[in-house]
Amino acid sequence: MSELLQYLLSGVTVGAVYALVALGFTLIYNVSDVVNFAQGEFVMLGGMITFFAWRAGIPLPLAAILAIVVAASVGVLLNKLAIEPARGAPVASLVVITIGASIFLRGAAQLVFDKQLHRFASFSGDDPIDIFGATILPQSLWVIAGAVAIFMLLRLFFARTLTGKAVLATANNRMAASLVGINPGYMTTLSFAASAAIGALAGVLVTPITLTSYDLGVAIALKGFAAAMLGGMGIPIGALVGGLLLGLIEALTAGYVSSVYKDAVAFVVLLAVLFAMPQGLFGRKTMDRV
Amino acid sequence: MRLGLLGSVLALALGLASPAFADIKIGASVSETGPASSLGDPEAKTLKMLVDEINAAGGVLGEKIKLFLYDDGGDPNKARTFATRLVEDDGVVAIIGGSTTGTTMSIIPIVEAAKIPFISLAGAVEIVDPVKLFVFKTPHTDRMACRKIFEDMKARGFTKIAMISGSDGFGASMRKQCLQVIGDFGITVLADETYGPNDADMTPQLTNIRSKADVQAILNPGFGQGPAIVTRNYGQLGIKTPLYQSHGVASKSFIDLAGAASEGVRLPGTAILVANLLPDGDPQKAVVTAYKTSYEAKFGQPPSTFGGYAYDGLRLLVDAIKRAGKADPQAIREALENTKGFVGVTGPFNMSATDHLGLDLSAFRMLEIKRGDWALVQ
Repeated sequence: MSELLQYLLSGVTVGAVYALVALGFTLIYNVSDVVNFAQGEFVMLGGMITFFAWRAGIPLPLAAILAIVVAASVGVLLNKLAIEPARGAPVASLVVITIGASIFLRGAAQLVFDKQLHRFASFSGDDPIDIFGATILPQSLWVIAGAVAIFMLLRLFFARTLTGKAVLATANNRMAASLVGINPGYMTTLSFAASAAIGALAGVLVTPITLTSYDLGVAIALKGFAAAMLGGMGIPIGALVGGLLLGLIEALTAGYVSSVYKDAVAFVVLLAVLFAMPQGLFGRKTMDRV
Repeated sequence: MRLGLLGSVLALALGLASPAFADIKIGASVSETGPASSLGDPEAKTLKMLVDEINAAGGVLGEKIKLFLYDDGGDPNKARTFATRLVEDDGVVAIIGGSTTGTTMSIIPIVEAAKIPFISLAGAVEIVDPVKLFVFKTPHTDRMACRKIFEDMKARGFTKIAMISGSDGFGASMRKQCLQVIGDFGITVLADETYGPNDADMTPQLTNIRSKADVQAILNPGFGQGPAIVTRNYGQLGIKTPLYQSHGVASKSFIDLAGAASEGVRLPGTAILVANLLPDGDPQKAVVTAYKTSYEAKFGQPPSTFGGYAYDGLRLLVDAIKRAGKADPQAIREALENTKGFVGVTGPFNMSATDHLGLDLSAFRMLEIKRGDWALVQ
């Protein structure tokens, strides 16, 4: 019994990490249909900047805010310098540009920071919390809380705020959006800044668990991407559920089947879901009106 | 082809124009950047530092060493290209490098064909087994690390263990090597778990291990962040079974990353980690202290085991050139093969025609983490 509970807690811990990364894909995808493959690098920047600022003597909360602000600025620069000049290019080209940006950011981080693994202190200590014989670290609760909070914020943003609706309108039809007075360029910049900030926040929250280094981005973005696809790309609830589901499948497979097949089973489930529901679990069917 | 010819002519012209005509040319290709940069970076730093030191002290046989250092970024294709350039354009008499097994393997055919002695800095036993005429290496093999660990387990009376290995190249290779030699020690593996190199949580695997009551010790062959996370999870689950890590994480940063849970963890490490703990009579004390002192003075950080491989590689080469009396590849090769009683920072080297590594288990020290620092076992 305590074993099952431990697998579940592990799955939720890992799943919350995936969900947090997956949520970062949502905004940029919604406004531009681009899957931003530099999303993992924002997670890396969040962790690395926080660590180096913290080591330089800045208190952890301030260091985290600094990291999020810097990452958001990098997001804006990415849009202004790489995505905007390529306006009008097909989505596939834009995706390739984000891959290039990811390689560039990784190389830059290697030079600006270093090539070592880093970790900063957990926010509420490292004493495990005991739940009926199974344990979870306090930092995992921070990650789960972070994922849920960002999910709520995104949901509110899209459903209740004018800006959120403007972002969706831009995504739907750029020209029509500008005809009703929305500035599509501003909306795109905003979504890049916010996506980068969400990525950096994810980096701040998960680093005490996953550790961080300049090349962390690729691996973490891949799992986040898988989670987002599973739940439905661009849909906040999809990212949250997809991430948790992926984490739970991995943990339960490692526990009951074999740790060798952990990733394989997770990806088979992903493939099966996408085969039956190409838009992901929560994806809307796209209909083109002619 | 024409480009290659042009390159050679250019290199020749430059070579003739250069005043340092009589220098002893030594080549190196290490992974200063890229995924293996934690290995290649200290190696490159060490090589540059040691060449400067040797030249400042008058060089070798009255001639200065000229180092041709390339960064292959961990890419076997680049390593191959650089090895070709070192042999054909730079005209080196020996090559050091290949930070990883992959880059080393791609350099080997080039040096064997060109008959240039090559000292690899990578771990795999395949590099020197079977013996290749011109290929040597300085790091001990994974198999030796396994033997050292099993020796310690046997001494403590452990016969039933669990393994949790990384599925990356290092972890998978070491797991295989350990399983090959484990029978010699009468130890059996009750649980054989694995994890991905980027996994964030290994509690399910450790929970499975914990549920097997007979397990007396846990071994974690791995590299990078995996072992640190395994150790943290081991602490989180409150497991009391002794934990062994591999030489892959033998650096001070592992203790920082793994935190309080690393207390009592044992692993095989080299003398360089515990230079200040070595007794005065220890044969390696002098060389290890010399390396540590100059590296720390120059770079402001403690040296790693990997830098030590490069330090030994270049010193072995210089020693061989001195004994050969001339900087001729064939003579250097023969002198290298006859290296006897050479004390390096990695261990004492005794090479022969059948052993191009020359280290034995005495190169490894069994270390235990006590109060956040290394301690020598026994």
